[in-house]
Amino acid sequence: MSVELQPEAEISAVAKPDSLDKADAVSVASNWKLVWWRFRKHRLAMVSGVVLILIATIAAFPGFFSTQAPHESDSKGSFMPPQGIHFWDDGPAFFVNATKGARNPRTLRMEWVLDEGETIPLRLFGRGYEWKALGLFPTRLHLVAVANPDTDKPIHLLGTDRLGRDQWSRLVHGTQVSLSIGLLAVFLSTVIGIALGGISGYFGGLADMVIQRVVELLQSIPPIPIWLALSAALPRSWSVTTTYLAITGILALITWTSLAREVRGRFLALREEDFVVAAKLSGCSQMRIVFRHMVPTMNSHIIAAVTLAIPVMIINETFLSFLGLGLRPPAISWGVLLQEAQNLQSVALAPWLLLPGLAVIITVLALNILGDGLRDAADPYH
Amino acid sequence: MLVYIVKRLLLLPLLLLVFSVIAFILIQAPPGDFVTSYVAELAASGSSMDRLQIDALRELYGLDRPGYVQYFKWLTRMLQGDLGVSLDFQKPISELIGQRLLLTVILGLSTFLFTFAVAIPIGTISATRQYSFFDYFFTVFNYVGVATPTFMTALILMWLAFSKLGITITGLFSPEFADEPWSFARTVDLGKHIWLPIVILGMDGTARLARILRANLLDELNKPYMEMARAKGMPEWRLIMKYPVRLAINPLVSSLGWYLPLIFSGSLIVATVLNLPTIGPLLLRSLIGQDMFLAGAIVLSYFGLAVIGTLLSDILLAWLDPRIRMEEA
Repeated sequence: MSVELQPEAEISAVAKPDSLDKADAVSVASNWKLVWWRFRKHRLAMVSGVVLILIATIAAFPGFFSTQAPHESDSKGSFMPPQGIHFWDDGPAFFVNATKGARNPRTLRMEWVLDEGETIPLRLFGRGYEWKALGLFPTRLHLVAVANPDTDKPIHLLGTDRLGRDQWSRLVHGTQVSLSIGLLAVFLSTVIGIALGGISGYFGGLADMVIQRVVELLQSIPPIPIWLALSAALPRSWSVTTTYLAITGILALITWTSLAREVRGRFLALREEDFVVAAKLSGCSQMRIVFRHMVPTMNSHIIAAVTLAIPVMIINETFLSFLGLGLRPPAISWGVLLQEAQNLQSVALAPWLLLPGLAVIITVLALNILGDGLRDAADPYH
Repeated sequence: MLVYIVKRLLLLPLLLLVFSVIAFILIQAPPGDFVTSYVAELAASGSSMDRLQIDALRELYGLDRPGYVQYFKWLTRMLQGDLGVSLDFQKPISELIGQRLLLTVILGLSTFLFTFAVAIPIGTISATRQYSFFDYFFTVFNYVGVATPTFMTALILMWLAFSKLGITITGLFSPEFADEPWSFARTVDLGKHIWLPIVILGMDGTARLARILRANLLDELNKPYMEMARAKGMPEWRLIMKYPVRLAINPLVSSLGWYLPLIFSGSLIVATVLNLPTIGPLLLRSLIGQDMFLAGAIVLSYFGLAVIGTLLSDILLAWLDPRIRMEEA
């Protein structure tokens, strides 16, 4: 096709790029662009996406957002109430009220209340304890810090726990662990699911038979007791990192089945398509056919399925750690934090220990809405 | 229908056999054998066991023999109805589990019924009154219901009941009935306590099922047969209940297959938080205490419940949907 044959069309397209009307734009847009256009219409999913970007930023730089080192404990300052930030005090201001403690004469327990009279001024991008950005670059910069780090009392935006550790800083660090374990476990199960589902659907025959029976077996087993038993078998002496990886593996071990089924179904359908036959006839290797021609056609579906699988993983990690069989202290995850809220006495005394649960709910909610939006956007027949 | 059920029943022993292997591998997973850890535990608490007793225990469980011999010994004893003795509680395992298993089943089945009884009306009304306040309310409720882990719901309700009403809502029985034999009064007492775990456990499932039903029903409501029936002057509610709802429920019925087993094992977490006398908390305790034969027996009971749950829903499905029983018979 030569350009000279259609000079007018060429010129008008260059001169007025907007003249491509909507129908034309749709017909030349790539699949990704179409998915994006459809996704953009889903307001709630867009909002969820923004919320998730915020949460991911927190997970990437927990030190920047925290106000105190997450493991620093203070035996005298247990169960301090949250100090809400004030932005207004007869004019724009930025401070928290100090806490003051008094010993209850009957129970001999320290009881903390907010002291309306005393304020602790705060500043944005202030100096605090030293942390390492991405584990490499030491810095003292924090989003929120007390204005005079040398003289002011430490602040606890979400209160403190049983051992006087700062709940907000721990929540922020737990975000990193909980999110990453969800992502990693889903990544693992996706790889297994696509590989086994692909083999099953592409080759068929004996491999298909065996893999399908394994999938059916795994799907008929209730996962929760298995998870519990496997995590209980992890040696207590393992380091935090090893346990983290092992828990990720355990979570992924059972959850790959549904994706494998989906991928298999699509492979079965795709195997007969013309473009696959054409690729085969032109001598492509099987690896190339699978990864270059078949997998890309289901990319959007896989992404939607994966987005919907992450919240499930996060909830699973949370309840394993909550029951004391997942990550163990000194690791910090949302489940480990919620363990502090396990008995009624602590919760009645310090309801703010339930706040990590709110983090779980918000994240899972946002991921579910985003996943629904992606799924609708990825489905051309919707 | 009968052929179909018999076929399913014949598959059962095979499935249970495979499950027993998995359960056995799980209880063998922790390092060291349990007699060694038991002896160590005894030594730590100051008492001891003589050599002969230890050897007798090792012989009974075949601990110096290869894994498959141990498995067959375990399996044979199980088949003879001897689940073994819990080393932690010093009681026969069957005695420990029996009562708790019954309560687990009662809790699971009632949650199941509750879910369907609530999800179907909610889904129907949401679909027929689309974009009404009711619909929006339940859409939000459904999203939040799916996003909240069951144990969080339990914790929050526990805290609210304690701090606002001053009552503790744990357990399934009042203290005076906890260790009593079954009686009418005890059943009534159970009814007074069990509704809360049912609501907590059923919330997630209700939300999911209502959403599925709403989506299916919305598809059905625009079909031409609806116009036809209206043109003939059929009352609106009778029409909706008679045709589209029945069609829209079908996909729900196929979710029976995974839902009932899921409730059985999902109740584990809620039961731990609310301290319910089901097999869940017992499993947790036995796993942490490395009481592996008790853990194995409970894991196997969960598998058994899952199999029975799947079987029940398969039969229900075949009974409701003629296509399935025709195809598979």
